[in-house]
Amino acid sequence: MNWVNAVVQGILLGGLYALFATGLSILFGVVRVVNLAHGDFAVLAAYLALVVVTTTHLHPLLTLLIVVPLFGVLGYFGQRLVIQKSLDVSPVTTLLVSFGLSVVIQNALLVAFSADSHSFDVGHLISASVQVTPQLSIAVVSVMIFLSAVLLLIGLQLFLSGTALGRQIRASADDQEAARIAGVDTHHVFGIAAAIAFASVAIAGVALGIYSSFDPSAGPPRLIYAFEAVIIGGVGSLWGTLVGGIVLGVAQTLGSQIDPSSGVLAGHLVFLALLALRPQGLVRARLAA
Amino acid sequence: MAKDAEQKAVTQGSIRVTRSRRPAWWGVIGAAILLALLATLPFVVYADVTDALVNVFILLVVASMWNLLAGYCGLISVGQQAYIGSGAYTVLILAQNGINPFVAIPAAILVSAILSIPVSFLVFRLRAEYFAIGTWVVGEVFFLGVARFKSLGGGTGRALPGLALMDPALRGAITYWSALVVTAAALLGTYLLLRSRMGLDLTAIRDNELAARSVGVRVSTAQRVVYVVSAAGCGAAGAIIIISQLNVLASAIFSVNWSAKMIFISLIGGLGTIEGPILGTAIYFAIQQTLAQVGAWYLILLGLLAVVIAMYLPRGLWGAISSRLHLQVFPVGYWLHNSPAPRSIPSPSGGGQGGGQ
Amino acid sequence: MLEVRNLTVHHGFLPAVSDLSLTVEAGQTLAIIGANGAGKSTLLRTIAGLHRPTSGTITLDGKAITGLSAHARVREGVVLVPEGRRLFPSLTLEENLRVGSTAGRAGTWSVDRVIAQFPWMADRRREPTVHLSGGEQQAVAIGRALMANPRVLLLDELSLGLAPTMLRRIYGVFPQLVADGIAVLLVEQDVGQALHVADRFQCLLEGRTTLEGKPGEATPQKIEAAYFGLGPSGTGSAA
Repeated sequence: MNWVNAVVQGILLGGLYALFATGLSILFGVVRVVNLAHGDFAVLAAYLALVVVTTTHLHPLLTLLIVVPLFGVLGYFGQRLVIQKSLDVSPVTTLLVSFGLSVVIQNALLVAFSADSHSFDVGHLISASVQVTPQLSIAVVSVMIFLSAVLLLIGLQLFLSGTALGRQIRASADDQEAARIAGVDTHHVFGIAAAIAFASVAIAGVALGIYSSFDPSAGPPRLIYAFEAVIIGGVGSLWGTLVGGIVLGVAQTLGSQIDPSSGVLAGHLVFLALLALRPQGLVRARLAA
Repeated sequence: MAKDAEQKAVTQGSIRVTRSRRPAWWGVIGAAILLALLATLPFVVYADVTDALVNVFILLVVASMWNLLAGYCGLISVGQQAYIGSGAYTVLILAQNGINPFVAIPAAILVSAILSIPVSFLVFRLRAEYFAIGTWVVGEVFFLGVARFKSLGGGTGRALPGLALMDPALRGAITYWSALVVTAAALLGTYLLLRSRMGLDLTAIRDNELAARSVGVRVSTAQRVVYVVSAAGCGAAGAIIIISQLNVLASAIFSVNWSAKMIFISLIGGLGTIEGPILGTAIYFAIQQTLAQVGAWYLILLGLLAVVIAMYLPRGLWGAISSRLHLQVFPVGYWLHNSPAPRSIPSPSGGGQGGGQ
Repeated sequence: MLEVRNLTVHHGFLPAVSDLSLTVEAGQTLAIIGANGAGKSTLLRTIAGLHRPTSGTITLDGKAITGLSAHARVREGVVLVPEGRRLFPSLTLEENLRVGSTAGRAGTWSVDRVIAQFPWMADRRREPTVHLSGGEQQAVAIGRALMANPRVLLLDELSLGLAPTMLRRIYGVFPQLVADGIAVLLVEQDVGQALHVADRFQCLLEGRTTLEGKPGEATPQKIEAAYFGLGPSGTGSAA
């Protein structure tokens, strides 16, 4: 029973969950769309990175340079061509379309790659663990992922509050109609927001491949964890996704300490408890970052 | 000018309001005949036909239940499998304690309905868009909870006791009849619900929730009722599933694939109508039978079909048909007649009903 | 400068605006008055690009803008100050102003000039706008519109919910608008205020023009008749 170790691992795991949650949070916060294929897109990014690694023998971290911009472009055009069209039909349509896409992606990956699971080899240095105390050892990878989540959130915060485009995104998220009559091309702005969301999904996917492993069906659990992190932290708050991710991560690792097969269930129960007791989330949300 | 004439007609009281465009008797008689015919099948055809029909009925029931929630309340649930599973496991537990599985079916319905009540208080806290994932989480919690119990089969599945000594043909027939009764009850129940006062509330909610709230419709009560009814129906389906399969595997019965089926069927057939799931089930079953050999490709096809229909044919096939032909098999709206040729006022926000005010 | 011809706009099956025409010249103020539901807001929103008309045309200096999206119209210089202010709650006062200049039109309006017009803003630039009073928010909404350097300014119900002193301060910006040559289309329920500041007015009832002219020409009785639809032709019709 090593509680300290479990808590620390949980906190670091929260970084990975925050990476997943950020994309979901942005897409919903700005475009008001819940993408049920969110986890599957992350897995798609991981497979894309896998293809790059196997064909070019690039270091997995370097694949980010290819996969992230690609997904950004995918997000932009996906928003303008598919998501916007779905939104025009009805709010419910986006859920249904994304659910359909989820099934398509999972099965397409199954056909293309088989059900085997994969992970990325990032070399000795990064795979190493540091023995901080006799009871506590920390994997370099986990810290890296946690730090990248923090950096992503800082970057987003700066972008949203410090740039004209960021301002337009926040304005469009607040009141789309008012933004239009102020001169903002909201369809373009939503495309940018979606591009950012998809880019962070790509980062999350590659991180997943580095941290553990992935297979075609790995998407839905990631979607659920991302969603739980958003709700626990508080819808509408960027930093809430980090807080939510950490709470979820710790709940899962502590749950595993109590009973090895109950980590995920513990996370769900904490989520449901928070939903019952504090549905607005732990972090008080201003409407955007 | 036509509007003035219409207004005059209203004030002079020469408007007749009916529930359907043509007398509904032909529908009632037709349904009764169909039901009678279906009931005779075990005497007439081989068991594999009735077994296949049981699967069709199961799909129809779960799709109708999902459709109630999605089409009439706008609540997209990806977690109804929680109640399919709870229905199945109720039957299992009762059978393990000596009760005949067929007798346990009503218990399965009741248990699922009761479980859904506290769950509804939780998931209704989530705004519409997140409601879907919330229900999915609940489904996962049910699964993980059940999977912990070795007596229920844990991760490896459990056979259903109590029916082993029954003659297979008889068992198959009673399973078939049970499924038929459940399906008929589900459809009839849905129809009656939608024709009732609550049905009017639900249609109002479907068309414009805010407006419905502002005229006094108790939205959350109506939604909760539908949620519980939907859970009950799924519980019944779960009971039929375990009886027809004679065993249950937690990961399969609680799988989100059930939601996928409900969604595909409802999308293809048409959200927000009773006829939609019937048409959708038929089509889905046909696709499943013809393409099952192709494995994952058929799911890719179904997913793409769902995407295309959701975007371009949002009212599904039945919606497209019924709006062209002004056809309703289950009349649940209202028609205004103020002249020899009845005119319908189409509902502006869609939904598959052929008439209404 | 702005010309609307035979505009018809429907809400679902109901015609909100029927076959309506109007013109506004540079530096002029046209007031649109009428009771609730007369179609005034719908008219402005359609000119701004938030509603598609069923028929009719909108031209700006001869160029047809009927098919342009809302943000494209802002680029052309047609800017709406919407009913209810509609500021962005998660943005500060200054950020709200800055969003107004997104379209990138050249002109003399800037954050500094807006603050010079409403000096109280100087100390409260970084405040979230939710903390401001109704009148202050209205000023910010106008400032946001001005930041776009408009040629045509559409003002929807400025006076709703504002105290008279605040209203006077808001209307104090009008001389600047005239000096800049901006054409102003003003929708107002407060008839007195509207006629006080307008060069011409048009009265709407059920989406149609019932009276138009210069404020000095029309007697109060004539305006009242046009406003409520009382007249020699028939009984008061239901709204």
